[in-house]
Amino acid sequence: MTTSPWWVDEDFWRKMAIWVTTLMALVLIGLTFDSVTQITAGSERVPAYSVINHRIYYRWDDSRNFQVPVIGDPAPLFGKSLTEIEAEALVSKGKITTQAKNCMNCHTLLGNGAYYAPDLTKAWLDPSWGAEVVREQLMIQFLMDPETNARGFGSTRKMPNLDITEEEARGVVAFLKWMSSIDTNGFPRNFTPIAQEGDR
Amino acid sequence: MNARTLDSSHLTGGQKLAIKYFTVAVILFTAQILFGLISGYQYLAPEFGYNVLDFNVTRMVHINALVLWLLYGFIGGIYWLVEEESGTELVGLRLANFAFWLLTLAVTVVVLVFLFIQTGPGDMSTLWLINEGREYIEAPRWADFGIVVCMLIFFWNIAATFMKGKWSGISGVLVLDLVALAGVYLAGMVYTPNISVDQYWWWWVIHLWVEATWEVLVACIMAWGLIKTLGARRKIVTTWLYIEVAMMFGSGILGLGHHYFWIGTPEYWLSIGGFFSALEPVPLVAMVVHAVYDSGVHKFKNSNHPALAWLIAHAFGNFFGAGVWGFMHTLPQINLYTHGTQWSASHGHLAFFGAYATINIAIFYMALQKWRGNVYMSAGLEGNGWKWKWALGLLNGGVVGMTIALLISGYDQAFIERALGGATWAAYFDAQNGVWFIQGLWWRQLFGFMTAAGLIILIWDLLTIGRNEKRSIQLVGDNTAAEVTS
Repeated sequence: MTTSPWWVDEDFWRKMAIWVTTLMALVLIGLTFDSVTQITAGSERVPAYSVINHRIYYRWDDSRNFQVPVIGDPAPLFGKSLTEIEAEALVSKGKITTQAKNCMNCHTLLGNGAYYAPDLTKAWLDPSWGAEVVREQLMIQFLMDPETNARGFGSTRKMPNLDITEEEARGVVAFLKWMSSIDTNGFPRNFTPIAQEGDR
Repeated sequence: MNARTLDSSHLTGGQKLAIKYFTVAVILFTAQILFGLISGYQYLAPEFGYNVLDFNVTRMVHINALVLWLLYGFIGGIYWLVEEESGTELVGLRLANFAFWLLTLAVTVVVLVFLFIQTGPGDMSTLWLINEGREYIEAPRWADFGIVVCMLIFFWNIAATFMKGKWSGISGVLVLDLVALAGVYLAGMVYTPNISVDQYWWWWVIHLWVEATWEVLVACIMAWGLIKTLGARRKIVTTWLYIEVAMMFGSGILGLGHHYFWIGTPEYWLSIGGFFSALEPVPLVAMVVHAVYDSGVHKFKNSNHPALAWLIAHAFGNFFGAGVWGFMHTLPQINLYTHGTQWSASHGHLAFFGAYATINIAIFYMALQKWRGNVYMSAGLEGNGWKWKWALGLLNGGVVGMTIALLISGYDQAFIERALGGATWAAYFDAQNGVWFIQGLWWRQLFGFMTAAGLIILIWDLLTIGRNEKRSIQLVGDNTAAEVTS
């Protein structure tokens, strides 16, 4: 009986399986340390929660070949400037609410979730809110009573009534405003934001 | 000989337990299809269930029933093979039975809460008691702990049984894989207000389950299944398994990067994710080659026709669903337009079914063969085996049909919403209201019913196959020399 060549040898492939898996796991762990640092709130890619005190808009970046979020002049949400701690608490209230109301099983957030309702990544900057001055109030009204305030856009799909309180709705709006400031590498492509006074 | 009954005296303790897992798996599979039909219909008639059983609930039950029935099938499959593979009895059968009932109780409560309470106030109590609101792992935190306890009991039982008996290549890979599978679940149990960090770890669970640890787990079951049905040589099967593990983890671990393109994570993930994801189909090609080659070598002579047919369906379904359909939109240049559209739904349907549902069904048939007293299940079954053949055809045809239909809708959506419309809400609805998009969804619904018909026949067949069979199992390949133990 002849000996098998190395490339069909069971022992060789067992060792390969172990080494390859170990190497890949170590690379992933190393990249995870770097990535998590780069996406911690307050970093360049994921701004601090107090970004909700400012205007957020997009600028085309030639070198990166896509739109990037820009943090502009002060434009406090609901007309009140918040400290970092207050801003985090408000955004967190909104984030918990999006989880508690199971938003992700109709909508996508950062493109992840279900496809029954529009993506929420840039909801804060969506042109369908019409004018900038009424946006905050319209969002609150819609969240608290989506049935009556449904836009439809020619579809009969409507958001259900999820018993969202005003406090929760304000949190959700803060969360959405903050999320729109995240650098998503240009996703979604070609997004056309709402016209805002002061955008450059 | 009279009609064969389902006789548990043919089974070991672990196998009796496996039958319980399989039973719940089939019930959850049925729930998955039922709620899939409802949520699919809601796309076509949005007023259906509005404010009572909304899409976010029906879709959540659809995908959670999917994850759970697959897990139940995997756990059952491993309990089915552990005693034979280790050559000894399960070390903690009573504890394992306790874990089964605990898990099943938890699942029942979670599903009832999902259906009847649905959502809660926007505070941590909802996340702990009702719904964690994170796709695929919506189970509230209390249930997470229950799941972890059950998984620990399961892992201990499997590892300790192999330690007491004998190890093999398959069992070594299996036990190490279970460590990783259970470990990454923990990454999904934290709350953070930061959506980027949230999704970073959330993908550790979802991706490292379905595109890494689950793939390796089914590769183990596949290896064992080929030995059982074809009598394939263990040495060859084990070598293949190691090759697959090297390629699967070699591509799949960093393939995680394709979920890190757009969630705020650094740009280097575009290159890493794109490159390693492109390699992910390679091990799936290897599995097809492996399954088809082994079957060909044995001239398709096998001891269990339905099981082998589903194993082959697994090899191809895994390759096309996870491999080809994944590859089609995994490169960032394409994914930028298709991410979060019906493309993902198309890929998800074929991948979950092709890679995982198929292999569970194969194991169900292997289990039933023994449960009926090592009954004959080779060529020339009663009625020419029409039930299993129709079930195979309708289920595969139905899922492939849904996949194509969703892909057409997905193309339409990507063009109209993303490429032309500026990715606004108005653009989203422009796409959703489009005639071709809606046509795709009608076809999806039709093929959904075809899938459901396949499931009904499958259950009918599982309940009756071998009942009137007089012949005993036909042993083939290397198994002819060995005493039949399964």
